[in-house]
Amino acid sequence: MAGPFNWLSQVTSVTAFGIQSLPQRLGSSLTSMLGIAGVVAVMVAVLSIAQGIMQTMNNSASVDNVVVLRSGSTSEMMSGLSGDETRFIAEGPGLARNETGSIASPELFVIINLLKKTTLTDANVPLRGVGKAAFDIRDTFRIVEGRMFEWGLNEVIVGIGARMEFEGLELGSTIPVGQEEWPVVGVFEAGGGLAETEIWVDSAVLQPAYRRGNSYQSVYAKLESPESYQAFKDALTSDPRLNVKPMRESEFYSSQSEMLYNLITGLGTFIAVIMGFGAVFGALNTMYTAVSSRTREIATLRALGFHSGPVVISVLTESMLLALAGGIIVAVAAWAVFDGFRAATVNMASFSQVAFAFDVSASLLMQGVVFALIIGFIGGVFPAIRAARQPVATALREL
Amino acid sequence: MTQGSGDLVQIKNVDKVFKRGSEEIHVLGGLDLTIPDGEFLALMGPSGSGKSTLLNLIGGLDRPSQGSVEVGGENIDQLSDRRLAAWRARHVGLVFQFYNLMPVLTAQKNVELPLLLTHLSRAERKKRAAIALDIVGLSHRNHHFPRTLSGGEQQRVGIARAIVTDPTLLLCDEPTGDLDRKSGDEILDLLQALNREQGKTIVMVTHDIHAAARASRTLYLNKGRLSTELEE
Ligand SMILES: Nc1ncnc2c1ncn2[C@@H]1O[C@H](COP(=O)(O)OP(=O)(O)OP(=O)(O)O)[C@@H](O)[C@H]1O
Ligand SMILES: [Mg+2]
Repeated sequence: MAGPFNWLSQVTSVTAFGIQSLPQRLGSSLTSMLGIAGVVAVMVAVLSIAQGIMQTMNNSASVDNVVVLRSGSTSEMMSGLSGDETRFIAEGPGLARNETGSIASPELFVIINLLKKTTLTDANVPLRGVGKAAFDIRDTFRIVEGRMFEWGLNEVIVGIGARMEFEGLELGSTIPVGQEEWPVVGVFEAGGGLAETEIWVDSAVLQPAYRRGNSYQSVYAKLESPESYQAFKDALTSDPRLNVKPMRESEFYSSQSEMLYNLITGLGTFIAVIMGFGAVFGALNTMYTAVSSRTREIATLRALGFHSGPVVISVLTESMLLALAGGIIVAVAAWAVFDGFRAATVNMASFSQVAFAFDVSASLLMQGVVFALIIGFIGGVFPAIRAARQPVATALREL
Repeated sequence: MTQGSGDLVQIKNVDKVFKRGSEEIHVLGGLDLTIPDGEFLALMGPSGSGKSTLLNLIGGLDRPSQGSVEVGGENIDQLSDRRLAAWRARHVGLVFQFYNLMPVLTAQKNVELPLLLTHLSRAERKKRAAIALDIVGLSHRNHHFPRTLSGGEQQRVGIARAIVTDPTLLLCDEPTGDLDRKSGDEILDLLQALNREQGKTIVMVTHDIHAAARASRTLYLNKGRLSTELEE
């Protein structure tokens, strides 16, 4: 009588009644679905920000590039190198060379204030003074509008990320540097990397403007090959004239973004969990209502001889289907609206702005959908058990 | 099980106590009842006297606190929940005061419902449901949803659902309680025909003396016991 086939067909039919009667309970079902969707939306948004930032950092790094800072400094802001030191670094072994010598760019890194387009509030924007080798080191660099700045002139070029994010970076406008106004003559791309958030100028022009004499903050250089890194590093760290910290570019960027990444991921998870609790209660409430509005139906089915197992599964399935619908709506919307959407946040290491694109990946969407299903399961399991535990005679009276 | 004669239901010395919080409600006490096969029994009594409770015990929807309930030679108070559910599916047809049809299913599908618990093929289920609907005179309404049917028609669908499995026992709790006189009479005609022509054993709870008059015997429930007379 109660073979597995029979049981399965009970599950299917009981579940089908529940789902067919969903339109009669549209209000509460929609509320719970949207509640779950909201939670998943927050989770996907936050994690896509974190992934986007990681992506930006990864795009920035090249395997054969090195960054050299003063020992003990964790960011370019804090670092300082004299002109002599930058020369000793450029003479290090294992660096790639061209006609003019080794490919090493001593750089200056200062912060200027610009208005953020979205909020119209002041924001810190990095202004980088570069040497000629800078363009050989960032091999994804490309002018996309206007032209390159002239060496020796107070002209700047701006990254496309920076231009999108901040006021006053259009071609032909000027930016305030100290007492002067410097014209924007070009816009550049850098393979989606961090540099796209910066403004670049000739370092020889930036030094006097900031009274830096002949000092710099970092040296970027290109290695002959990724393997020559160790020799370069050993030579620099054992050189008595130098007190510096060489890093692979990837190492440098991940150290720069780690704090931010952890903060965003941690905060995002925290918010998603708190909201998740809310959504669980929402789902619980919906499913209790659903179960009580189906009391007569469920009691009748059980009186006719249906088992309580199928009842449990039916209520659970319904709850998880609602949650799944919520999750999928968000996943599709998030992917359609936010993937590649550009935004900016503060880099905790340099306190300057980092522009990045939301990275709504397939695996992230899967995580969102799974999260929705978990909420749906928890929200459905208690009402389902309650419906199944109630004695048939009692349930029939509660009509 | 469906022996032509003899006693179908034997209830011996049954107590039924409900607990509501710390309070105990003694509904049935030392109750005995024998229902011969093929009888049409009417149960009457004041509201709250335990008529539905007794019907639930006979139909295996509840268990006695004390005593035994035997149906067709089987002690159903000993069965597990799972086996009791299977037993109900096979032996009991239930008719409710408020019909209890599935609103999302057509008349035909409602009637087929109990057959999902059998191993009958889809075609066979459909055929049997059609026969049951024909017996209650509703063949022309088989694709209608409950909300488009009158109360009397819905109750006839309810009866078709109750008889579609050819149960040993038909249990009706105030089947005409929600119907006007005319529809109620039609339902009673139907029950009477099922009893006389097909030999169905029927137990019907009712408040209506006219309805009870259709039965072959009427028992009155009062203060936890049955009697043949309405005692004041
Ligand atoms: N599951 C239950 N839990 C608690 N008390 C119950 C339960 N079922 C019945 N009772 C109580 O038992 C008594 C008898 O109830 P029952 O429904 O059997 O009466 P009835 O004769 O069918 O009444 P009515 O004519 O109003 O339908 C009532 O006092 C009722 O409150
Ligand atoms: Mg009753």
